[in-house]
Amino acid sequence: MWESVKEFASEFFVTGDPLIYGADVSIVLSMIAIVSVLTYFKKWGWLWREWLTTVDHKKIGIMYILASVLMLFRGGVDALLMRAQLVMPEMQFLSGDHYNQIFTTHGVIMILFMAMPLMFGLFNVIVPLQLGARDVAFPFLNSLSFWLFFSGAMLFNLSFVIGGSPDAGWLAYPPYSELAFNPGPGQDFYIWGIQISGIGSLMTGINFIVTILKVRAPGMTLMKMPMFSWSVLSSCIAIVFAFPILTVTLALLFIDRYLGGHFFTLDGGGNPMMYINLIWMWGHPEVYIIVLPAFGIFSEIVATFSRKKLFGYKSMVFAMIIISVLSFLVWAHHFFTMGSGADVNAFFAVTTMLIAIPTGVKVFNWLFTMFRGKITFETPMLWTVGIIPNFVIGGMTGVLLSVAPADFQYHNSYFLVAHFHQVIIAGVVFGFFAGLYYWWPKIFGFKLNERIGRWAFWLWNIGFYLCFMPQYALGLMGMTRRLYSYGWDKGWFEMNLVSTIGAVIMGAAFLVQIWDIAHSLKHMKKDTTGDPWDARTLEWSIPSPAPFYNFAVMPQVTSQDDWHERKLRIEQGLEKPEKVELEPIHMPKNSGIPIVMSMFWFFVGFGLIFDWLWMAVPGFIGVIACMVVHSFNYDTDYYVTVEEIKRTEAAAGRVIT
Amino acid sequence: MSKQSVQGTADQHGGHGSLKSYVIGFVLSLVFTIIPILALENGWLDSDKRIIIYLTAALFQFIVQLFFFMHLKEEDKPRYNLMSLLLGLFIVFLIVIGSIWIMMYNMVAL
Ligand code: HEM
Ligand SMILES: [Cu+2]
Repeated sequence: MWESVKEFASEFFVTGDPLIYGADVSIVLSMIAIVSVLTYFKKWGWLWREWLTTVDHKKIGIMYILASVLMLFRGGVDALLMRAQLVMPEMQFLSGDHYNQIFTTHGVIMILFMAMPLMFGLFNVIVPLQLGARDVAFPFLNSLSFWLFFSGAMLFNLSFVIGGSPDAGWLAYPPYSELAFNPGPGQDFYIWGIQISGIGSLMTGINFIVTILKVRAPGMTLMKMPMFSWSVLSSCIAIVFAFPILTVTLALLFIDRYLGGHFFTLDGGGNPMMYINLIWMWGHPEVYIIVLPAFGIFSEIVATFSRKKLFGYKSMVFAMIIISVLSFLVWAHHFFTMGSGADVNAFFAVTTMLIAIPTGVKVFNWLFTMFRGKITFETPMLWTVGIIPNFVIGGMTGVLLSVAPADFQYHNSYFLVAHFHQVIIAGVVFGFFAGLYYWWPKIFGFKLNERIGRWAFWLWNIGFYLCFMPQYALGLMGMTRRLYSYGWDKGWFEMNLVSTIGAVIMGAAFLVQIWDIAHSLKHMKKDTTGDPWDARTLEWSIPSPAPFYNFAVMPQVTSQDDWHERKLRIEQGLEKPEKVELEPIHMPKNSGIPIVMSMFWFFVGFGLIFDWLWMAVPGFIGVIACMVVHSFNYDTDYYVTVEEIKRTEAAAGRVIT
Repeated sequence: MSKQSVQGTADQHGGHGSLKSYVIGFVLSLVFTIIPILALENGWLDSDKRIIIYLTAALFQFIVQLFFFMHLKEEDKPRYNLMSLLLGLFIVFLIVIGSIWIMMYNMVAL
């Protein structure tokens, strides 16, 4: 008996690596700490009522952001481990197998469990406020999306201590990801972690498209909508059409692995290249999905801190929509070297170069918005201005890569690695940081410290250039990606050393940001105006943080940058704050079903990973049961009384007569 | 109210069709299911040409679903459903034709 338990445990848990034992201990310790703090302060009920079951888009957004910061930490540790291994030739820090696992989890976590939720967090907190809405179109679905993402992410991260991490790269190309070469549960953790959170992403996409098209404030025509909301719309269009491709592709891979299918195997009529073709039909739109909202954020920030209307609103809208459709026409540039012939490569090279045009249009729009503006450089603007040169370099190296014959040299070298980190870190992540600094007072009711924020900005940027500029050169010198060791004879040592130093500086920059948050919390100066940056769009017209129903009175929108125009009118005495009639507000009720249903999904995934049908089948029944229970639940909404609205507004310092 | 109510937005699309239209739709969808089954069971035409029957029936089935159950015709003016359907079709064709094109000329896969 004891023997068989021991044998099971030694296969089930990952053993034999001091790093992982360390992680085990810290996971257990932090679990104990969390549970005991919650119990000691009797906060379980509060946690359940206020957060776990909430359908309030602002709270869901905050949970997304929190989860993504945790994931940024995990992915960042992965990155530092890799850079430590590469710091000099013939390092003996990580074994080859371990290195493979780390670059795989790093990639998956950073894109799917860090960038995506950070982006969804910003969607959630800001879009309804910008539109003058009281919540998203489907609040219940929204909560379900979050919890599905969360269970998927937890499932994926669990592979670190149970079963073993996947090691086939962030896109898991077969044949290596097939059963024959990769029998362990790691690859199945990959499939189910992404599948479960992928359903959540798809539903978020649908939710925000409907929200943007259907729940705008009266008078806000599409062409009066703030640019961030436009960017969310274009990103969600791409989500809705791209994510099903991912789901199907991974489902086919799962069928290969679990049911002995032959879609992507080397024998039995399968073709691994079909997988590469399919996964990039999702993969390329995905990179634009995450970068479009960052473009929206820059547009808002540039206009606010230049005290000018955004230059070329219409061209910006068209550029975004064109990008979201065009991003479906370029996927083959990720496998120019696969051998599809000159026609195919030429076609996809040209479409890829075409995308650079609308992207360039945006950059010029931002520059022209700044032209003759009264620019001030608070942290959000600092990030935005810092990003422009970064993104220009990233875009231009992208165009270099898109020259198909030349790509035979660049492909899968460190040149490529540098390209995509430049657009993703210095474009997407910095963009979301800019958004966080900008909207932080709206989300939490106080500004972050400017001085520490500047330190973080400079550290991140210096670290970034030090880390990735040498990698372009290393790529041209022949260093290929996913390499875990190299010899002294290559002459790559110095640049790798610089690169690692840059990575460490970025790690320090992250810590500075955490310190910034802690410091600003401690010396909190409450934002009483609701509009600390003197900004232009509707979210700044309400108190910070926004009351749970967002708008006590529905705004009547008459123009672009409506809040700015209204402030001007009030200043010129053209608009008197008029007497308003408050009405009861119709709001959605909290629900525990999303978190419970996602837990069942977790069991489905976990059961299928270990081929434990006794766990997967009841899990699936639980999922169905949750759906049935929810569909018979008619008690989903309530009205907020006028009294309560008055009280809440008064507490936020706003008197409504 | 209608625009503001958070819950209301989900079920805003106007009419839902009558009993008659549902029955017609149901019968039509059955017909387009039975035709291919009959074709298969009775071995109409030879197997190559039979595919045309299947595909035609599938196409009509698709149209029936869209008009009788998805209410594509009854949508109010900005016709978002129609637009997303067209974009969806475009993407689907892109996936299929693109994949065929890429894989057909793939010298390694041949
Ligand atoms: C002007 C715009 C861009 C162009 C022309 C471009 C072009 C390319 C090309 C041709 C490749 C494939 C190179 C190879 O594998 O040899 C590539 C890879 C990549 N690009 Fe871009 N790109 C652009 C913008 C972006 C943006 C905005 C993002 C993300 C936000 C991005 C993310 C990536 C990623 C993640 C990869 C590599 C993925 C992998 O192989 O694992 N790119 N890009
Ligand atoms: Cu691409």
